[in-house]
Amino acid sequence: MSSFRKALLSLALLATAGVAVAQSTKFPGIGREATPKEVQAWDIDVRPDFKGLPPGSGSVAKGQDVWEAKCAHCHGVFGESNEVFSPLVGGTTAEDVKTGRVANLSRTDYPGRTTLMKVSTVSTLWDYINRAMPWTNPKTLTTEEVYAVTAFLLNLGNIVPDNYVLSDKNIAEVQARMPNRNGMTTKHAMWPGSEFGGTAKPDTANTICMKNCAPEPKLASLLPDFARNAHGNLAEQNRIVGPQRGADTTRPEGKAGAPVSAAPAAAVVAAAPAAASTGSDSKAVIALLNKHSCTACHGVDKKIVGPGFNDIAKKHAGKVDYLQDKIKNGGAGVWGPVPMPAQSLPAADAQRIAEWISKGASK
Amino acid sequence: MEQHKPSGRVQKAPENFLDPAGIRTVFAEGKKGRRDFIRNAFAAAAAGAAAPVALAQGNPVPSEGGDPNILNLPEHSVGLGQGVAVEGYGKPSKYEANLQRRQSPGLTQTTQASVSFAPLQSLFGIVTPSGLHFERHHQGWWDIDPSKHRLMINGLVKTPKVFTMDEIMRLPSVSRFHFIECGANTAVDWGNVAVPTVQYTHGMISCSEFTGVPLITLLEMAGADLKKGKFILAEGADGSSMTRTIPMSLITSGEVLVAFGQNGEMLRPENGYPLRLVVPGVQGVSWVKYLRRIEVGDMPYATKDEAIHYIDLMPDGTHRQYTNIQECKSVVTTPSGGQVLLDKGFYNITGLAWSGKGKIKRVDVSVDGGRNWRTARLETPVLSKALTRFNIDWVWDGKPAIIQSRAQDDTGFVQPTYQQLRKVRGTRSIYHNNAIQSWLVQENGEVKNVQLS
Repeated sequence: MSSFRKALLSLALLATAGVAVAQSTKFPGIGREATPKEVQAWDIDVRPDFKGLPPGSGSVAKGQDVWEAKCAHCHGVFGESNEVFSPLVGGTTAEDVKTGRVANLSRTDYPGRTTLMKVSTVSTLWDYINRAMPWTNPKTLTTEEVYAVTAFLLNLGNIVPDNYVLSDKNIAEVQARMPNRNGMTTKHAMWPGSEFGGTAKPDTANTICMKNCAPEPKLASLLPDFARNAHGNLAEQNRIVGPQRGADTTRPEGKAGAPVSAAPAAAVVAAAPAAASTGSDSKAVIALLNKHSCTACHGVDKKIVGPGFNDIAKKHAGKVDYLQDKIKNGGAGVWGPVPMPAQSLPAADAQRIAEWISKGASK
Repeated sequence: MEQHKPSGRVQKAPENFLDPAGIRTVFAEGKKGRRDFIRNAFAAAAAGAAAPVALAQGNPVPSEGGDPNILNLPEHSVGLGQGVAVEGYGKPSKYEANLQRRQSPGLTQTTQASVSFAPLQSLFGIVTPSGLHFERHHQGWWDIDPSKHRLMINGLVKTPKVFTMDEIMRLPSVSRFHFIECGANTAVDWGNVAVPTVQYTHGMISCSEFTGVPLITLLEMAGADLKKGKFILAEGADGSSMTRTIPMSLITSGEVLVAFGQNGEMLRPENGYPLRLVVPGVQGVSWVKYLRRIEVGDMPYATKDEAIHYIDLMPDGTHRQYTNIQECKSVVTTPSGGQVLLDKGFYNITGLAWSGKGKIKRVDVSVDGGRNWRTARLETPVLSKALTRFNIDWVWDGKPAIIQSRAQDDTGFVQPTYQQLRKVRGTRSIYHNNAIQSWLVQENGEVKNVQLS
């Protein structure tokens, strides 16, 4: 082949290649193929048909150990939870396991709704524990631990027996025992598509009436007087200029005809919530507390799951080493039954936090 | 009209409200902050800050023959002001410090799985300033380095793909105004009045101009199977890795965006910087923040926020699942609960209306608790699945009044009353309360959140 013909041929090949690229994308140079390793790292979802569920197993017994170490401090030893998170377990019966409908859900006098009363798909529990738990260290459980914790939770709800080992092989059997598996409906007009074959017709049908419409209105509900200031002073939550002010809710309501009680404008200005007097060191430590998720369980001046830092400071003033040890190794029994798990923050940060608490935990 | 007097039928202890003990706790916590606030306020006053004068005085001519604010030239009229770029990123006036997004006391126990509400009572037009946008976090918010953020497309696609932020921002983008409303907006008022102001009743809604790439563009680049792939799963990169199912039909319409821009700048970290999904008309939980992955699939995913939360309990004990659309709704923002009218006379009743199904067609306003209605003016722009501002003139005669608004969207659907809504859904469904809101204006000028029967 002459070199001229060769050149022509390669030009033609180039042109063909160019067309092929143009056909595959309108946007050359943008995006690349994800590697199998990358997809594996991120594609963690588990569907109701268990697509995505990794092979493995975990026992109720193992789950109890994991639970007490990593879950109980927020969710309670028996999944009953404390005042912070909603209870996971309770309200389901052996009859519900048979029928797939949680009877207590139709009772208006039943005090609450637990996770096991609501959830219809066991895949949801597995997927969520795997992706988002524990709350302050999500995605750190092993596959076995996720199976085990799921099994323990199901055992607390009497869905599986004490000696159960949950696995990818038997999870479909568990699905057939979920207490609220038949409790969901998609017959409504609030899904933006026709995939569920719901209905296009909204469930309310108000009409436009302009004159003498409703019967004379009667007040049925308003806030009780004791709650007047429960959301803070509303005078400080409205603009200081315009057609109205916020009501000064630190004072009793004015009588009809009396002049309105609203805070003097000067006092309303500069309501910036950040305390200007905060020392820079306290600020830095509080930033550390946020960074290491300490504030998920401890308020600076209030109890959440664990005691407030102000209360710890009172009880353990000056005890830097003690506090540092508690941060590092966790503890239980000092402040009530909820254990504090061991924390993995750098030692230098733990020391700074311990020093700050020992000196009074000031804001 | 004398019905403003509390009668024996008034419910005095709302089921969703803090009890007196709870309120004492909130007070104790707030005390220290309030002392600081008062100190600061006095400091500001002592420093001679030019603060507006007292209220409710009307605008009479003083005895000295003129307003001292006119007669005595203020400092800013006789001095030199500040130079450019004193603030590299400008802030609101110091007199606007009362406008803050706020938590509702007692609603949640942690700040990382919580909500803050936008101050609707003091906002104008339809755009929510980005710094006042409501917040809803499930496992805390992050400020993520955009150069390290990636978006993956996988599932029923020819080629799974990875995009950098650089690549996404190189693609053709669109900018559109849309509201985002939490499915649980107005949830605490399902059974009875539980909170005092529009910030707490309706403040889990905001509206922004979002800029981004239609998701369909990215799906086509990956060769998604748009026939078999009836659903997508959207997943976040934060600790909660929030996941939600979205129908492909909404995506092929071109409405769903992979957004990086909000009101002319990048998204705020609290709103998903650097990348979030925008799903117009659908409740906020589907607008996955810190978006890292889209999976194309052939069945819905029943994620935690589709099978445990964001399901609506009906009176018969079933839960409605996959309730996504925010139906037509409106609220008067001024006058509204917790406000005090200055005096009798003219007022502009103003408020917001929206629909997850399209444009607002009409808003009617009543000042007598729903007996008689007048049609309000809709201000432009009136956009699909965006907030629409309405206004109507009102002369307050100083007598009690109950103010309501009732919106209709371009499907013909009319916003329901509480009675209509409860008749079908009971009072325990938590989500999707789009009932007509009532504000009682009392003779003393104070406005209260009330419900009628």
